Amino acid sequence: MTAYTDKIKEAAKRLLEEGKVDVVIGFRKGSVPLMNQPHYAQSAGETQQFIWDSNCGINLANYLTNRKEKIGIVAKGCDSRNIVTHIVENKISRDQVHIIGVPCTGMVDRHKITEMVSGDIVEMTEDAETITVNTASGSQNFNKAEVLQQNCAACSHRNPVIYDELIADLLEEQTDVDMFESVREIEAMSAQEKWDYFEDLIAPCIRCYACRNACPLCYCPQCFVDESDPQWVGKSQDPMDIRTFHWLRAYHCAGRCTDCGACERVCPMGIKIREFTKKLNKDCYDLYGWEAGLTTEERPPLDTYRPNDPDEFIK
Amino acid sequence: MKIVQIDKNQWTSGIEKLNEGHRVFAPVKNKLFHDFKALEKDEKPDFDFKNTRLSPKSIVYPQSEILFRFSLDQKSDEYRILKENEKDQTPRAIIGIRPCDAYSFQLVKRNFDTPEYQDPYWLKAYQNSIFIAMACNEPCSTCFCTSAGTGPFDEKGLDALVVDAGDHYLAKVLTEKAEKLFEAAGWTSAAEKGAQSRIEELQSTAESRISTEIGTDKLKNQKMLDLYEAPFWEEIAFSCINCGTCTYVCPTCWCFDIQDETSGKSGVRIRNWDSCMYPLFSLHASGHNPRGSKVDRVRQRFMHKLKYYVDKYDKGIQCVGCGRCVQMCPVNIDIRRVCNMMNSYDPESCVCEVTSA
Repeated sequence: MTAYTDKIKEAAKRLLEEGKVDVVIGFRKGSVPLMNQPHYAQSAGETQQFIWDSNCGINLANYLTNRKEKIGIVAKGCDSRNIVTHIVENKISRDQVHIIGVPCTGMVDRHKITEMVSGDIVEMTEDAETITVNTASGSQNFNKAEVLQQNCAACSHRNPVIYDELIADLLEEQTDVDMFESVREIEAMSAQEKWDYFEDLIAPCIRCYACRNACPLCYCPQCFVDESDPQWVGKSQDPMDIRTFHWLRAYHCAGRCTDCGACERVCPMGIKIREFTKKLNKDCYDLYGWEAGLTTEERPPLDTYRPNDPDEFIK
Repeated sequence: MKIVQIDKNQWTSGIEKLNEGHRVFAPVKNKLFHDFKALEKDEKPDFDFKNTRLSPKSIVYPQSEILFRFSLDQKSDEYRILKENEKDQTPRAIIGIRPCDAYSFQLVKRNFDTPEYQDPYWLKAYQNSIFIAMACNEPCSTCFCTSAGTGPFDEKGLDALVVDAGDHYLAKVLTEKAEKLFEAAGWTSAAEKGAQSRIEELQSTAESRISTEIGTDKLKNQKMLDLYEAPFWEEIAFSCINCGTCTYVCPTCWCFDIQDETSGKSGVRIRNWDSCMYPLFSLHASGHNPRGSKVDRVRQRFMHKLKYYVDKYDKGIQCVGCGRCVQMCPVNIDIRRVCNMMNSYDPESCVCEVTSA
């Protein structure tokens, strides 16, 4: 996937020079391992910092919100699905974005690798299937498949679903993946077990809101937790307020979440935030056959009505 | 100052003894990382750590702290009277804090303990604390303490510095408070000759392992408005998602918000950490927000740490180089890079370095 770097630079440079876009949004190499940084280029020179490797896990659609100019954007499968969602939700028009599509073989899970490696990671390199991590005392190889972000390992939309140009040939999509394995495990629990599971899950939360802020869906001008008149949620570490934040955030993503994994990737406390949204994704899939962000031609299930919608829950 | 030698077994049993008469705070390994917390009964500290995920500032300055309690019951004699919340004032033995984190209390103290104002909650907790630091033999690649006014063996603000010398610990006992605590723990064997030079040797090895540094020498002479209006803020702030991670993991971020919360007929006045990254932080009652954009907020955080603090106290920057924000910023905003850009900024030539740190 690292071979994409030159092609991204080339495309970005061309688009800016031809005046097709005012800015290109992509990634540049981060200053610490396992971490690339969202970067923008407004001139040909600035495109030389663009990079592509398995550390581009942040969802760049988040950086489109409320921008006014014509934007070129580097988009892997999930980013493209969030661009679709932005278009469907009238946050941006299709004409405003030029999508540089990147068929994606998955992003590595920085939390997982950090746990698996003893010692301070000073560098990560990769080839097609191997991730090599260097520490002060030596290096360790991993098969990329075993250190992928969980959502990437179970991803069935690695190719961009919408694009203006492609950086590489489309990949064969994974078909033998199970997106909802952990949801089924939780569904099988008793009510008390479920409660305990989620209490344990969010126990380390420090309310930094990184999960919310990294999410392209969370673009409300003012989030309910930030309202002060009236104030819906307390600001302390009271468990009820922490729960309220997580529950409401998740429900606000119902039928919209593309499972890009940005929330989980950015959590400084390593909380598996997707456990909340995945259940809602599964319900939308089971009840409406819906996966978010695949088409601009259809309204999402939660903002439309059909006479044959399932209604068992209103009894 | 004297140096004592502590066997590793003695170290563990000594900490257990300290539970009598102290609340012992130490690094504890939870599922994913190390947490600096009050040891519960039979809870074992774990000193096989680089540093704790969150800074130990919460020992003295909890994320949420109840200051007062009140009643909203009109029939009660205490209706609408703020009553101070009783706190546990047992002396706190803070064992195994890293020197950079211990030094952070000295930086923060300038804000919470001024000739004009003293914050009683912070100050009481601080004064009740004994800082027994564990020197850092193996700093992380993100550490830059030695160019932030401290270091892996720094003794500023400590009562004692404990050094892991392989099969035993060597401890420099720096204050009377620490002497008493060491007696209570049974750590009293004088170290053999050569302990001082062994510590110095470990110190110089540790310091040589600090691989990055920041430049701070020109910050004071930079004009505040030049830095404020510098052209690099937009670029620095681009990737920022305005989460509170950097401020919450930081040992020197001290901002808070005070809220009243009620439940039924009783309530509390509570102080919570706040973050200058949040839009609500600076929102006025009028609806106007003087720091309405994320660029404003990102600039504020760095200007506060690296310029306003420098100008106000003339004691260096408001950062100890622990590197937590560097490791944990979800979008890789690196204070080392920002500091170097601010330090080397020349408004005349408008040369601003834009390469990675």
